[in-house]
Amino acid sequence: MSNTGQGAATARRVRKRPADQAFRGITTGAGVLILVVLAGVAAFLLIEAWPSFVAPAEEIPGEGGLVLYIWPLVFGTLLASVLALVIAAPLAVLIALFITHYAPRKLAQFLGYVVDLLAAVPSIIYGLWGFTVLAPATRGPAEWLHEYLGFIPLFAGPPSTTGRTMLTTALVLAVMILPIVTAVIREAFLQTPKLHEEASLALGATRLEMIRMAVLPFGSSSIISGSMLGLGRALGETMAVAIVLSASGGVTFNLISSGNPATIAANIALEFPESSGVAIDTLIASGLVLFAITLVVNMIARAVINRRTDFSGAS
Amino acid sequence: MAKRIDVKDLDIYYGSFRAVRSVSMTIQPRAVTALIGPSGCGKSTYLRALNRMHELIPSARVEGKVVMDDQDLYAPGMDPVDVRKHVGMVFQRPNPFPTMSIYDNVAAGLRLNNKRLRKSETDDVVEESLRGANLWEEVKDRLRKPGSGLSGGQQQRLCIARAIAVRPDVLLMDEPCSALDPISTHAVEDLMAQLKENYTIVIVTHNMQQAARVSNYTGFFNIAGTGQPGELVEIDETPTIFSTPTHTATEEYISGRFG
Repeated sequence: MSNTGQGAATARRVRKRPADQAFRGITTGAGVLILVVLAGVAAFLLIEAWPSFVAPAEEIPGEGGLVLYIWPLVFGTLLASVLALVIAAPLAVLIALFITHYAPRKLAQFLGYVVDLLAAVPSIIYGLWGFTVLAPATRGPAEWLHEYLGFIPLFAGPPSTTGRTMLTTALVLAVMILPIVTAVIREAFLQTPKLHEEASLALGATRLEMIRMAVLPFGSSSIISGSMLGLGRALGETMAVAIVLSASGGVTFNLISSGNPATIAANIALEFPESSGVAIDTLIASGLVLFAITLVVNMIARAVINRRTDFSGAS
Repeated sequence: MAKRIDVKDLDIYYGSFRAVRSVSMTIQPRAVTALIGPSGCGKSTYLRALNRMHELIPSARVEGKVVMDDQDLYAPGMDPVDVRKHVGMVFQRPNPFPTMSIYDNVAAGLRLNNKRLRKSETDDVVEESLRGANLWEEVKDRLRKPGSGLSGGQQQRLCIARAIAVRPDVLLMDEPCSALDPISTHAVEDLMAQLKENYTIVIVTHNMQQAARVSNYTGFFNIAGTGQPGELVEIDETPTIFSTPTHTATEEYISGRFG
């Protein structure tokens, strides 16, 4: 009896409903599309950049070969982005904690809107602000840093007179990525199970201890993924960096001097209009490297998040 | 260790709404006091007022006194964090910290209250607490595994171990078995019988057989109607409540002729 029942159920499942089939096809197509796009972008970069791989070193801009051209750009990109993240991530965690656990509800809602609004501001606006307001404003502090903390290579100086330094760029990028990082982390903190918050409070935890025991562990994977999202945005940011950073090439950790490495994206934007031939291929090759960097960053983030799934709050 | 609690004319408010009216009772040490009553009668609210957990809802406040060994828990200057260190709580749904191992779950409260503890001391307390919660034999080989991998009943006993690890004076249990199967329920009830040797236990339960099985004293809460405050109808020794209660409402409730 149960056998025939099962058989009938299987037969029913096997029967094909046209609408189901069609929708399944559409969703599969959408899923495949994303892979095709990714592969297409990678293929485009590879093909277009190829001539620069085989070109003699003298033909590459700077006449030192491809690696010598791209390496300072990679360095500049990573330096600016990582610095921005180092500034933005802790701030984002604090803002998210304030919004979710300290602010009165009305204020929390208002702040939430403001954060979302900030995320929608076009990057060119941040660039203009960085150039006209922030850069001049950093000159004083930069001199102070140079005078009192000059023994740290980061602040070796001499301080730039325009303020359009790596430090300013990182600050602008930090402000830019702050909203998106905050938004991701805030969402995670909001979903901290009440059960776990109460569990720690009932043990006699203060609010800070409760946050350390329940909220931060639950949100840790979101802190990482939010940060990586922010890092991705900082790595690819073009206009703000192009406007703010006064690049002169070279590899240096000196954040406040006028000799700054450029970033890949800003360099492409600035050089592209005046380039031709192998120079264009070289720029595309640098774009390929940027593509690879963002891919690796995302993969690392995934790996970190998956590393301790056993202990994740999701279960 | 176990302490007596005297509650006098306790009113509990959420904003201007009075949720619980004028409760007075004495909670005896080294005994289990069960609180029974229909849903929404304020017994859980009352329980949470005993360790000031209800204050997590911003508009909540109380009037009246909760005195534990000559100390008013609501005296001005009394820190709710300190109150909760002495009055532990076990919740309706097992809630081990999912990011922590079994060991760390038990040690969690310990690390809050006594930061500079040697490893061997922590080991001792963890083992003692897990033994106290009848869980040691089941988990001793996997202390470093996450607590969320245990069964529901084991998780609840882990939560009890976590609560007793800080050596509270009183243990509050808010329907601790309502999410558990009968076998796990039995294990937790056995545990309560052991724990009352050393602790004052207050348990809220919807299960009257459970109240009859585990408790020494039973308090019956009732509510006149929706929007009305809940109140304590009567509290007495459990056999008395279940055989010859003073109020007809109590008798109707426990005999199932309620409403």
